[in-house]
Amino acid sequence: MPPKADRSWAPLTAEQLEQRRIIGINAETVSHTAANDIPGHYGPAQDDSWNLERFSENLKVNFHANQSYNAAFSLVGVDASIANAFRRVLIAEVPTLAIEDVFIFSNTSLIQDEVFAHRMGLVPLTGGEEGLRWMRWFRKPPPADDYAAQAAWEEEGYDESESVPSDYNTVVMSLQVECRWATQELDGRDGKALAKAGSNDPEERYVNSNVYARDLVFEPQGQQEQFFSGENRIRPTNPDILIAKLRPGQKIDIRCHCVKGIGADHAKFSPVATASYRLLPSIEIKEPILGNDAKKFRRCFPRGVIELEEDPTTGQTKAVVKDTMKDTVSRECLRHEEFKNKVKLGRYRDHFIFSVESTGQFKSDDLFLDSVKLLKAKAERFKRHLDALEEGR
Amino acid sequence: MSREQYQPPSTSAGTNFGGTTGASNTGFQASGSGFEDTARPVHYLCGDCDNKVTLKRGDPIRCKECGYRVLYKERTNRMIQFEAR
Repeated sequence: MPPKADRSWAPLTAEQLEQRRIIGINAETVSHTAANDIPGHYGPAQDDSWNLERFSENLKVNFHANQSYNAAFSLVGVDASIANAFRRVLIAEVPTLAIEDVFIFSNTSLIQDEVFAHRMGLVPLTGGEEGLRWMRWFRKPPPADDYAAQAAWEEEGYDESESVPSDYNTVVMSLQVECRWATQELDGRDGKALAKAGSNDPEERYVNSNVYARDLVFEPQGQQEQFFSGENRIRPTNPDILIAKLRPGQKIDIRCHCVKGIGADHAKFSPVATASYRLLPSIEIKEPILGNDAKKFRRCFPRGVIELEEDPTTGQTKAVVKDTMKDTVSRECLRHEEFKNKVKLGRYRDHFIFSVESTGQFKSDDLFLDSVKLLKAKAERFKRHLDALEEGR
Repeated sequence: MSREQYQPPSTSAGTNFGGTTGASNTGFQASGSGFEDTARPVHYLCGDCDNKVTLKRGDPIRCKECGYRVLYKERTNRMIQFEAR
């Protein structure tokens, strides 16, 4: 295969190629937004057909921060549609475990049963990753009074064992808390005496006045013992979530069934708190900005974006671009007359700065790899269907 | 977890309902044996002193400790299932 430049009808300079990557950000408009890596975009004589070799040459992944539950990285060299697909798969299609059914034996707290159940569902859980990946789907049968859904259910003919809670598709957790007055014998302080002495602090007067997520107790079933024991037990990611408040005599006694699900079904199954991306900003200084103007120019951007440097030719301070990653593209510099035609703002259309914040069940970087795997599986399924269509099946 | 079994009202005891049975009818009470075990004591909570009050049929609606006349029914001890949605 000949080198890249030879394939082009009119060989382009590196600057010209770079210019094609940039979306123009003007004072009131945004220009050149359309993707230009479509064959024929720059005329019929140029070869810009999709090419795996060229793609893999351009594709870059570069991590800026890789904490276990918060990752920031640049994905360079893909189309916006692909980057957006990863983001959407992350939010809505990577499966996680969450509380789905709440069996309330007793709830005499102020919070209503249905509100309480909803609250329980939103508590993020975590546990041994291997076990979570080992778990299978639980298919929930339709409600007994929905005859249409029941007929459709029977039509589909799934394995019945998928709809029965088992160790491989359901995790059981229970929460049993009862509030009472603090007593000298049990707690080393007499709540009633403290109340008489004027204490208004429920933490002092009562025991278990607050119900926290850490009060959830995992009850291993069957094989779950070998996946979720010790460090790997299923537990709330954030133990200090306040679930309900109690007063003496009030009691909560529930059992929860947690199942695997996807974010498209309910937000509680979404593995990420946020998965978002932004395009890398570009700032091009076309004419030197000197002296006091340079200081003013620096103030137009967040700290660290523009630095001042000594200009060797004039001896004045000069504004130079230091770190565009920190820029928020506020366009403030375009409002000032003195910078007119001296600066060009833009964004790189194929440089995505991803930010993936996990809710704690899986590591952020693993989640992104999962999203790539899922998108690949979806594409393969689509191809299979196309093949079937072609063969007239 | 002990649960009382729910007994659906039986229609065979229909003659005991309503006011069509004549002089033996005492107000709105469905006094048939087929409806519910009316001799069973029911637990209430006093609205004033929060004491447990156990009442049988015919008992005055009154707290035995403080005489308060507002009583609250206790929450059912049956399990209730909710979807966490």
